[in-house]
Amino acid sequence: MADLTAVDFDAGAVAASRRHLINRVVIYGILSIFAAVYVIPLLVVILNSFRDLQEISKNGLIAFPQSFRISAWGEAWGTYCIGGTCEGMQHYFWNSVEMVVPATLISTALGTVNGYVLSKWRFPGSEILFTCMLLGVFMPGQIALLPWAYTLGKLGLANSIYGLILVHCVQGISFTTLFCRNYYVNIPDDLIKAARIDGAGFWRIFRKIVLPLSPPILIVTVIWQFTGIWNEYLFGVVLNSGTKQPITAALVALSTNGTNVRVYDVMSAAVLIGALPPLLVYFFGGKYFVRGLTAGAIK
Amino acid sequence: MSSLTITNVRKSYGAVEVLKGVTIEAKPGEFVALVGPSGCGKSTLLAMIAGLESITGGEIRIGDRIVNSVPPKDRDIAMVFQSYALYPTMTVRENMAFGMESRGTPKAEQSASIARVAALLQIEPLLNRKPGQLSGGQRQRVAMGRALVRDPKLFLFDEPLSNLDAKLRVDMRTEIKKLHQTIAKTTVYVTHDQVEAMTLASRIVVMHKGEVQHFDEPDAVYNRPANIFVAGFMGSPSMNFIPAEIVEAGGKLRASFPTAKGDPALLALIDGSGVSAGQKVILGIRPEHLSRRTPETASRPGMAGLAAPVVLVEPTGAETMAVLKIGSKEITGRFDPNDAPRQGEVMELNVDMTRACLFDPATERLIRRAM
Repeated sequence: MADLTAVDFDAGAVAASRRHLINRVVIYGILSIFAAVYVIPLLVVILNSFRDLQEISKNGLIAFPQSFRISAWGEAWGTYCIGGTCEGMQHYFWNSVEMVVPATLISTALGTVNGYVLSKWRFPGSEILFTCMLLGVFMPGQIALLPWAYTLGKLGLANSIYGLILVHCVQGISFTTLFCRNYYVNIPDDLIKAARIDGAGFWRIFRKIVLPLSPPILIVTVIWQFTGIWNEYLFGVVLNSGTKQPITAALVALSTNGTNVRVYDVMSAAVLIGALPPLLVYFFGGKYFVRGLTAGAIK
Repeated sequence: MSSLTITNVRKSYGAVEVLKGVTIEAKPGEFVALVGPSGCGKSTLLAMIAGLESITGGEIRIGDRIVNSVPPKDRDIAMVFQSYALYPTMTVRENMAFGMESRGTPKAEQSASIARVAALLQIEPLLNRKPGQLSGGQRQRVAMGRALVRDPKLFLFDEPLSNLDAKLRVDMRTEIKKLHQTIAKTTVYVTHDQVEAMTLASRIVVMHKGEVQHFDEPDAVYNRPANIFVAGFMGSPSMNFIPAEIVEAGGKLRASFPTAKGDPALLALIDGSGVSAGQKVILGIRPEHLSRRTPETASRPGMAGLAAPVVLVEPTGAETMAVLKIGSKEITGRFDPNDAPRQGEVMELNVDMTRACLFDPATERLIRRAM
């Protein structure tokens, strides 16, 4: 008689679990390769910012560090000469901050109000208006370069941080309006009706009902605008010059700096200084960003 | 004086006319139910009373004030929404205070009103919770509480019970009725559920295709429906409609129609006024006015006899529905389970002709009750 307590050997089950293992290995292998493709350049730049310049020249850009020093960071931040001034990146860094903070806040604020009107206070023609605003999402920025140069000149804002703030506010409204409008469409209209019957007006409903429901989309919009404006290069380099340029434009000036010596250590540090704010924003806001993008109806 | 007067109100969206001249009024303290199938315009009418939809034509008065162009906040109304529309980021207390805050009511008065209404609706333990932490029934109560705190002239309810499960709906229905008896405020209540309308309302407005079909007390709407639509909409299972011809036999006017066996049924009318021999009519008989014919019941006044084969039997516990065949038509009867027919049986039926209705086949209007 067969021993019923023994577990029978099941060839099919063993083969299935082996196939499963192989699948896992293949999947994680491929994922690791792609992760490396993204991470290695960052790693190279980080390591080079701490290497000695002579060591870089001798061993090449991609090599394991033999030395460690942080002087390149100090130089990149405070003393390196770019375009005739020897103040490093710090001046341009603050230019970017002065530009990106107001531009992000203003364009987001306008986007929320636009979205609120276009979703909850529709008027004849509001859909057409929204469609027109959407065109801004698809229109490449370079189309607007000449008109902007002309407009800023007329306004007396040529080659100024205020000019760039204006440009980024206007260019950004399409996106912020789109984000907020699509989010607010999911807020039940009954809430607005109830508030109207409760005696609340346009702004009171916005402040007391709509804004408190907005954090997910505000985070998405702020991150989008902040990183977009910070990383923006074309307007910064074309519309502004010299000490009025944002950090992205200054990085280019740094790499085309007359002398033939490539200061890879300083350049690496400068690039990282320029990349740090968006990286930090993603680092701290990333999970809200993903959550906000997928946030659906408000129940 | 009426507390709500709606005169010949129209609403069009472009070329589509949604309301085609609605005229109703509500006396002070009255509970008016707007009932009809979806798309009949009842919710649009309510939104127009609230001021949430513009008025294409006609006139709406609340009290003696024309409110056609008065914004919702100045109409002195409160509304309970189907979705409850509780402000999700506010606590129950803040939800109830919102309307009073908007109107600048002093804080002390706000607290007193909230305390009074919370006690009335027994929602005191919920005051510091957010709507997301409440069950469906609790949200429903809070929504009513929010409407009650302001002591408005007019209460509007937009299908407030349709998001609740069946048992809770019946409980809340009773509560709304009690509540209305306590506060005695004029109320307009939109529902697609004719039972809700029957149980709650002092008068019912039956709407269909943007028109008022019937506006009367529940008893009249049920027993003397203005037309075939009203007769069919109110009551479940629906009234049976049998095409018939008026004939004269045995010195009486009778409604005649073919039965399953082929020979015509001849149901004597109680009172022949308003119809004449040879006239085509639609005979309307509610399922509960059919019963088993026995020598004892047949002798009751106003009863007519009819034999019909039983096609299908549907027991529901409290009563048993049976589908019966008459000519090429099927009708439904509602029987006591002890007295219920069996499938396949040819049942001798008693038709209570005192409760039957006659409709004009062309206009679909009630000619009159058959009695």
